[in-house]
Amino acid sequence: MIETYLRLVWAYIKIGLFGFGGGYAMLSLIHSEVVDSGWISNQVFTDIVAISQMTPGPIGINSATYIGYVVTGSVLGSLVATFTVVLPPFVLVLVASHFISRHSDSSVIKGAFMGLRPVVVGLIASAAMLLMNSENFGFELSERVISVMICLAAFCAVYFTKIHPIWVIVAAGVAGLIVF
Amino acid sequence: MTGNIYFQLFFTFFKIGAFTFGGGWAMISIIQREIVDKHHWIEQDEFLDLLAIAQSMPGILAVNISVVIGDRLKGVKGSVTAALGTIMPSFAIILAIAVFLTPDTIKNNEVVSRIFKGIRPAVVALIIAPVLTTAKSAGIGWKTVAIPVAVALGVYSGLPVISNPILYIVLGAVGGYVFHQHSLSTKISKR
Repeated sequence: MIETYLRLVWAYIKIGLFGFGGGYAMLSLIHSEVVDSGWISNQVFTDIVAISQMTPGPIGINSATYIGYVVTGSVLGSLVATFTVVLPPFVLVLVASHFISRHSDSSVIKGAFMGLRPVVVGLIASAAMLLMNSENFGFELSERVISVMICLAAFCAVYFTKIHPIWVIVAAGVAGLIVF
Repeated sequence: MTGNIYFQLFFTFFKIGAFTFGGGWAMISIIQREIVDKHHWIEQDEFLDLLAIAQSMPGILAVNISVVIGDRLKGVKGSVTAALGTIMPSFAIILAIAVFLTPDTIKNNEVVSRIFKGIRPAVVALIIAPVLTTAKSAGIGWKTVAIPVAVALGVYSGLPVISNPILYIVLGAVGGYVFHQHSLSTKISKR
């Protein structure tokens, strides 16, 4: 049991420490820590992303709280995962705000972020690719065809219109209830 | 009680945490409205400086910005107060959901399982969309498209080490730094 907690702490310290580029970019990092390690399936991971989108708050916190509970079966696990994902950046931000003065040479940070930008694009793409599988799109052909249609419609809704992702998820859920 | 700055700080960030969907940038504009426009705790210029610091560090942007603002107002105690305010609503909501909507419930309840069957492909679409928008804002063109493609294929491959996102985050940051210093020094030597 202690070992599970230690592994949870280690996973979420890494996620907190290397989580650059916002929620979607963090997904592939979270995926590699919690799905590849066998804690949860791709399907459960996708469900957590959906739940995170439909509830307030950042996805980094939401996923830590949910996965912490699922993995340990206790509220303590939620607390531990949420605390550890926040702790490393908390310390770094405090140190940075005291030592980086307003007029200091920011070319180091500027350069690093220039290099991170294309990486972030690749990380988000990898998260999408990892979740495009039979667990999420179904094993039978008919199910897959419907899933691809839902995916295309949802993409058009978020990319070409200003419809909020919450409504896209709600609509997809209703569609699922009707057709499956 | 409302006169207490810690209470106000906690309550302000609690509100932001409880009512903003999506995190990150959606939260920034609301934080700015509350902190700069409504409470006048900091000036607009300083807000942008603090935002720059919060952004340059890893982690969850909304939490980072609450930490710098709390620290600027009341030191470490202020930053703990503000961070707790931001985190607590999503923690409480997700915990309640985790207790009642376990992976087994989703799988075994016939209605819930059908709903989630519809939702899953839509979630994939929600992740594909920001690939395109961030590629645009990062100015990805024919010369640079190899980088995101290599990263995506590497992470997707599932191979040890090569599929670890941390590898690409470190490589990207170090590579960007080296490239930036190099282009700075060639600019100077041209003069």
